[in-house]
This record gives sequence, C-alpha cells and structure tokens, in this order.
Amino acid sequence: MAFFLRLILRNLMRQRLRNGLTSLGVVVAIVAFGLLRTLVDAWYAGVEGTAPNRLITRNAVSLMFALPIHYGARIRQIDGVRVVSHITWFGGIYQDPKNFFPQFAIEPASYLALYREYLVSEQERAAFLRDRKGALAGRKLVERYGWKIGDTIPLEGTIYPGTWTFVLRGVYRGADAKTDETQFFFHWEYLNETLKRWRSARAEHVGAFVVGIDPPERAAEISAAIDDGFRNSRAETLTETEKAFQLGFVFMTEAIVAVIEIVSGVIIVIVLAVLANTMAMSVRERKREYATLKALGFGTWHLGGLIVGEALLISAIGGALGIALTFPIAAEFAVRLSNWFPIFRVSESTVVLAAGASLLVGILAAAFPVWQVWRTSVTDGLSSLG
Amino acid sequence: MKIPLKYSWKNLAARRSTTALTAIGLALVVYVFATVLMLSEGLRRTLVTTGSRDNVMILRRGSTAEIQSSIDPEQSAVVAGFPEVALAPDGTRLVSKELLVLMVLPKRGSQKPANVTLRGLTMVGRALRPQVALAEGRWFRPGSSEIVAGNKIAAGFQGAGIGESLRFGQREWTVVGILDAGTTGFGSEIWGDVDQFRQAFRRITYSAVLFRLRADADFDAVRKRLATDPRLTVEAKRESVFYAEQSEVMVTFLTVLGMTLSVVFSLAAVIGALITMYGAVASRTREIGTLRALGFPRRAILIAFLLESSLLGLTGGVLGVLMASGMQWITVSTMNWQTFAELAFTFTLTPVIVGESLLFALTMGLLGGALPAARAARMDILAALRAG
Repeated sequence: MAFFLRLILRNLMRQRLRNGLTSLGVVVAIVAFGLLRTLVDAWYAGVEGTAPNRLITRNAVSLMFALPIHYGARIRQIDGVRVVSHITWFGGIYQDPKNFFPQFAIEPASYLALYREYLVSEQERAAFLRDRKGALAGRKLVERYGWKIGDTIPLEGTIYPGTWTFVLRGVYRGADAKTDETQFFFHWEYLNETLKRWRSARAEHVGAFVVGIDPPERAAEISAAIDDGFRNSRAETLTETEKAFQLGFVFMTEAIVAVIEIVSGVIIVIVLAVLANTMAMSVRERKREYATLKALGFGTWHLGGLIVGEALLISAIGGALGIALTFPIAAEFAVRLSNWFPIFRVSESTVVLAAGASLLVGILAAAFPVWQVWRTSVTDGLSSLG
Repeated sequence: MKIPLKYSWKNLAARRSTTALTAIGLALVVYVFATVLMLSEGLRRTLVTTGSRDNVMILRRGSTAEIQSSIDPEQSAVVAGFPEVALAPDGTRLVSKELLVLMVLPKRGSQKPANVTLRGLTMVGRALRPQVALAEGRWFRPGSSEIVAGNKIAAGFQGAGIGESLRFGQREWTVVGILDAGTTGFGSEIWGDVDQFRQAFRRITYSAVLFRLRADADFDAVRKRLATDPRLTVEAKRESVFYAEQSEVMVTFLTVLGMTLSVVFSLAAVIGALITMYGAVASRTREIGTLRALGFPRRAILIAFLLESSLLGLTGGVLGVLMASGMQWITVSTMNWQTFAELAFTFTLTPVIVGESLLFALTMGLLGGALPAARAARMDILAALRAG
C-alpha cells in the first residue's frame, strides 16, 4: 500500500506544471461552484428565516392590494390565534435608488413579540415603541450607512409620495445567521395618520397580517378558518404559513435560480474535461510503463488504482484549496451584495457538495484512461512509441 | 517563410481525444457566455418591442412602474384633453385611460404562484397597440365580465385558457379570446374593460394614461405642459423608453452575473488549453528542431503554435455557439423585479452575440497558447533535435 502511494506521488511529481495547473483549474471550479451554490442559498434566505408558528394573511388578489386594518380584530377571535400583527411594504428610496433595503410599516409591540429572533436591548426597544416617528434597523443596515442612534433618516416614498423622516431609535441583531439584518421598521401609525390627513383611500389599510398561532400543527386548519371568515367579502384573503409565503417569492424568480443551478453544474463538467485530458495525456505517455507493470504481474486493478489515485489526488488538492478559498471570497461578496442578498453565507451542505463534486471529478476523469490501459495488451503497450 | 495552416490543423486532428476534451471545456464556457447574453437580449428585445415611439405614457411623478402609479380622474381628464393627442380618421381622440393590477395566479401543473398583469383598457387602448392582434376567439365586449388573455399566459396559467374563467373582485370573468402579441410583453398580460376592472377592484383612480402623439415633435410640448400646469402631478415618457427602462435591472443583473461567470469559468478552460498546448509542444520538440533546422524562423514556429491554439479556441467557440443556438426554442417566464409581474421571453441569438462568443473563444485559445508557443519559439535547435 505504501509502495502504491509512493508510486502515485512520484507519478504526480513527474509533470509538476501540468498537474499543478490542473489542480489550479479544480480550485477555480470549486470556488465558482461554491459561490453559485451560496447564491442559490441566498435566494432561499427568506424561506430559511421563517417560523412554523407564523401565518401570513394577505389579499387574495395579490400583495398589491391591501387589507382593511379592522380584519385584525376578527382574525384575533379565531381559535388557535395567539398574536396578530401586521406589516406594510413602504418601498422608499434612501438618497439614491441604488441604496435598496426593505422598509416596513409595522405595529411594533406585537410584531417584535412575534419575531423574537430580532434581538433589541430593552432600552432601545422601549425608545422605539415610545417614538411615533421612531425606526428600528438591522445591524448590517446600520453599519452599511454608518447610522447612529438618534440619527434622522429621510426616505423618499415611491408608493406613498413625499419625503418621510424617521429617527433611528434602535438597532436589532439576528439571533442566528439565518436572520435578515438589513430591514428597516417603523410605526404603521405614523404612515396611517398622514394618509388619513390626506383623506387617502389607502388609510386604515395594511399590506398583510402576521398571525402567531399555537400549536403550529394546526396551521392548515387555522388558515382555512381565517380565509372562510372573509369569503365573498370585498377583500378576500389568502392565508398561508410564512414559509409557503416566502417560497412564493422564490417561485416567481425560479427560472433564474434554475439557470444558476445549471451553470453550477456546467463548471464541474468543464473541469472534468480538463482533468480527464490531463490524465489521458499522462497515461498515453506512460503506456509502456503500464505494459511493463502488467508484464511483471500487476493486475488491472492495481493499474486502475494508480491512475484513479493520481486523478483523485489532483482533484482533492484542488478541491480542498478551493473550499478553503470559498469562505473569504464569499465573505467579500456578502459585503458587496448585501443590497440584493441580505444573507450570503457558505452553508455546510455547500461544503459537502463541493467536496463530493471534486471527488466525483477525480474518479470520472480517470475512467477513460483506465479503460484504455485495461484494453491495451502487454505487447501492444510495449511496442507503442512514447 | 511561413508554416502552412494545414500543419496546425492536422496536428489538432491527430490528437483527437485531447483536442476534443479541451474543445469541450472551451465550448461549455462559450455556451454559458452566449446563453446569458441571449437571455438578457431576449428580455431587452421583448420590452423594447413592447412600446411604440409615437405613444406617450403618463404616470404619477416618481413612479417607475405602472402598478406604482395612480392618476385621479380629474388629472386624467386634463391629460386626455391635450391638443397634442392625435385623432383617428373618425375624429375619436386616441387616448386610453388604463388600470393595471397584479393578480396571483397558479401555474398549470405545478400550481406555483406568479403575479400576472391585468390591464383594463378601452377600444382605443387596443387601437394604440396595433402590434397586438387576436389569435383566437373574440375581443371582450365593453361593459361585460369578459377578458382576453395573452398568448404567454393562456397556456401557462390555470383558468386563463379560452372558455375558462377566473375569479376576482367577487365576479367570474370568462376568457373569450387569446391575444397574439408577437414577442412583446403584452403576451404576458390579461386585458379587460377598464371600467369593469375599476368597479371590481374598487379603484377610482387610473394607473396610467396612454395617448398617440399628433406629431413626433409634439413630445416636448407635452412635457412643457406637464411641467407648467399646477393641477398635474404626473410625468410623460415615450412608451418605447418607458418599457425599455423596465428591462434595465434584470439586464444588468444577468449581464454582471454572466460576465463574472464567463471570466471565472474561462480560467478553467484556458488552463485546459494551456495544458494541451504545452503537451503539444513537448511531444513535438524534435519536430520543432527539424523545422528550425530546415530554416523556418522562430516567428514562424510561434505563429504556427498560436494558430493551433486559436483553431482549438474557435473549434470550442463554434461548438459552444451551436449548443447555445439550441436554446432559442426555450421560453423563460419569470418575475421582472422592476414591475413585480410575470414576463415571458425567449433566448435570442443575434449575429453580434455569435461574433462576441467566437471572439471570446478565440481569446481563450490565444491566452492558452501564448506561453507554450513562446516556449516552442525559444527552443535551441540543437537541444531540440537531441531531445528524446
């Protein structure tokens, strides 16, 4: 066994440039693969951050249509409902349209009760609840724009015209890496009072209700009960679990996700072709050596092991380096893409997939050369020209 | 003295499996490069062909999409009365007040939800879009709960086929016709009577006002009028410009993603070409020595190997473009981030994309061949001839 390993290592060192370059190719491919998988994960980040005890009730037509605020009181009466809060998409612009981050008008006390993963200090929480024009922002968002508690933040409304100013009263941290730390929350009351003053038809309406239920197993039954209550009303509702709601968003752009997934497979095939070529070249050069080994009595399994071992070693070195490099590169991407993807984190499954892919490439790349060696008889091999 | 092209070509053909493996690697990179370009081109074309230059779109100031905009009846009446609005031969003003809403519909089969655009309009609104015809059935009757569905919607969404019905606004709406909207974005919309939609969705306001310009030069007059009339809080855009702008975010995203991927992927493929070409030089050391001894200068050797790697690159390029051209029959349907609405478009291959792809492939080949070719050209004649 030790002899075999030494032989493989020696073989590997004979073509340092070629094998080094091939390993480099594997590094590039694995980094690209890892980043693409992470991008797909980032697409599903909203789904990852959901809880089974939260339902979302929205207008059955689409999210473009709001629901009357008084629906909340009726939802609260349904058996199994513990807390009802609501959320309204604001869609404002901070200084420049490029500075995108999600902004929501909420009912603060009930919302924070439902989203316990948003960690706020008691003092800041109280300050946020107290100030009608107060705002609560995620840690990453605050860092991105260098805000401090007490800062005035103006937002230019696109759905609700005009300039709206908020005072930053609190910063929340996520309980774990799955929590989105780029959101901006403020009091729905503030929005509603202004809309009432304008005599807008949009006053007294909210984007969606967030319904906290117990036990979570009754989600389907409670959802149906909520929707039945509003059937044939002016604004029929559609209630689903928070996860189903978030998945709906992913489905809407799933064609793009599919493209990214396909492309992440393509890079693996590309590097497979590169490694297969390298192995084919090495084996061709060593045709006579393999014939000699065969003549000495080494079985085809031994020869196959030598070739597969060499290919695996090249791909494993490249794969290990690639996985190690994926982390710092992904961290850099996470900072640059935080506008678009609040969570960009290399998951364990990505690492496992990347490791699996590099091993698979090693084995598959050796298949063709091994077959060639198996096929070649001793005499043919010995008589071949180098 | 030049080494004939045939020498380079024959050498590639002689080492068939190595050439094939390297070309496959290059081809796959070109395939990714070309398909992403085709995707953004398809999206761009769809939205560019949707709008006409001689139509003007009026939206509430500051709104970037029709669904964000709302114009009250008074303002829309003022706009409809503009003298710049063209007249039809029979004297009707070519202006359409429209309502646009999004509705979640389940896709056929998968039941996955998507936001579909419902456009309420008038007979004039149809006339303003001559590129949209009826493929099947008949138009909706004004004042009725009838709708017509775009060709991209009818097949893909539950309840949107001819004879089927959709439920919204406490009513059943029957699909009486299918639109043939060519490659425009209107193929991803459902059309109905604007006043019926306003009732159903309880909207007093319109989303946008669209009118035909009397003369192309009148556009500036419209803008001036909007800027000076204190009653109006709206802005005007040419319909063509408006729709073209709606492809910007997606096109940028696809282009950035595609170019980043192509550059990174090309590293792997170039390494493949590099290995192949180093191999070619190493196995032909004596041959190179012989060529030099016969009197071919270093430059000729350099060019011969560069030609060989360019040919290798081009082979991959042609293969990749062929693979990508097969994508033209595929229609992609996804949500446009700027409008939140489902939009269907196809991978579109243009001569420019073919040219760019081949150029990209050639560059990869040359990059892979440069160092090995230089090594070949620098070889000492005697050492090369003596090599084993």
